[in-house]
Amino acid sequence: MDASATERLGDLLRELAPQVLGVLMRRYGGFEECEDAVQEALLAAASQWPAEGVPDSPRAWLITVASRRLVDHVRSEQARRRREVAAAVREAPDADLAPAPGEEGPGDRDDTLTLLFLCCHPALTPASQVALTLRAVSGLTTAEIARAFLVPEATMAPRISRAKQRIKAAGASFELPPPGERADRLDAVLHTLYLIFNEGYTASSGPDLHRGELTAEAIRLTRLVHRSLPDDGEVAGLLALMLLTEARRPARTGPDGGLVPLAEQDRGLWDAALAEEGTALVTAAMSASPLGPYQLQAAIAALHVQAPRAEDTDWEQIRILYGILGRIAPNPMVTLNHAIAVAMTRGPRAGLDLLESLDDDPRMARHHRLHAVRAHLQDLAGEHVAARENYRLAARLTTSLPEQRYLRQKAEAHGEAG
Amino acid sequence: MKFLLSLYADAAGHEAFVTAARQAGELVGGHALADPSLSAVVRVVDGVPAVTEGPYAGAGEHVTGQYVVDCESRERALELAALLPGGVEVRPLMDPAGLEM
Repeated sequence: MDASATERLGDLLRELAPQVLGVLMRRYGGFEECEDAVQEALLAAASQWPAEGVPDSPRAWLITVASRRLVDHVRSEQARRRREVAAAVREAPDADLAPAPGEEGPGDRDDTLTLLFLCCHPALTPASQVALTLRAVSGLTTAEIARAFLVPEATMAPRISRAKQRIKAAGASFELPPPGERADRLDAVLHTLYLIFNEGYTASSGPDLHRGELTAEAIRLTRLVHRSLPDDGEVAGLLALMLLTEARRPARTGPDGGLVPLAEQDRGLWDAALAEEGTALVTAAMSASPLGPYQLQAAIAALHVQAPRAEDTDWEQIRILYGILGRIAPNPMVTLNHAIAVAMTRGPRAGLDLLESLDDDPRMARHHRLHAVRAHLQDLAGEHVAARENYRLAARLTTSLPEQRYLRQKAEAHGEAG
Repeated sequence: MKFLLSLYADAAGHEAFVTAARQAGELVGGHALADPSLSAVVRVVDGVPAVTEGPYAGAGEHVTGQYVVDCESRERALELAALLPGGVEVRPLMDPAGLEM
């Protein structure tokens, strides 16, 4: 099997994983047991299909194998101690297991959404929500997830099983949250997808290719949510933000793996198709839905990709959008970006003044980005000695190797200039 | 975020920490260190390795063991460290990834 065939098989399995899990959940209940059974069926498919060929109805094959695994597990459980659930599973008629070949189950799309709500249950920490989503909805193995997060499989496995136990303990069921909770729960789902995207986006090229695949997976999942909820402006906004951010990926790192700042990126390398799709999405969302933080961030990203050269950037519009974002979703990182936009429109001193509001913020006390932005604005203001000191301070405080390398280079460049 | 937890007390009474960190899927690894008198420091001078017996930092307090944890925040790492005996240094590890500026 060549590389592209392997990739197609992976795509197919990822697409089918939540559908198969949804069928099992509706039929038998028991998230933990069903999820394990689906995972085993996916592993069986990944090892058998390349040799034996993809079955006529891959979905039916997976449902059948996963159901058998579930029955086997329940029977062996039952041998030890009699359980009621075993009876229910035993009595499930085999004929009910698989739909006709090629037939798409009626609730597949909603199943994916329901599973996302379940995996992003408020009883879980964000890290557990991320890990469980990648396993139960994306169908990744624990080993793949562990590799993506640069931890041993032995670390990731208990994180996932504890998450499943917590969901069980919270009494969560396989159904959409009640309308009153839907908005908050959707926020959690979007945040989880955003975290998955970011985990992949921050990864440098080279040793971390596995992490880069997370951005593609986050985009795929967000597309599915967008298809289920086409009228939700924030879902569209998040998808647009991801596409517009992803569009810049080819230009983000130089040939030596170093970070290239936005203003210095080769805009010819940006992915025009992604940029166009993201821009269209956010434009449509903002005209039809109430404004939200993801739409605003996407709109700002769209203004950046629309500028043919860095000096063509519509900073005035970006400043206004950051002002609104700071009002509806105040956050020190927004203030940092707002300060840059203020500096670009009203001069570096005005930007530096705005930064002072962050000096007493405990969330920023050890944060390198405050000092990096201050250094950048001091540079623009001609205060090169102060800028050098702040670049050095930022380089000491960052815990990212490529950022540290970049900040040290900036500090050294000032050693020569003055 | 990954953190290195360096211990200075003698290695005992780690059960609470190990249980908590392992069950939460936060324990990446760890090891106990032998006595620093068994250490040697190697420096290459003019292409020739020169070996000095004993620890790098001379007299003073020495690390007795280390753990690496992967957790959501610095606060959580401090919370885990509080389950270990003695003073524990909690130090972030550098991440190979970064964001554009």
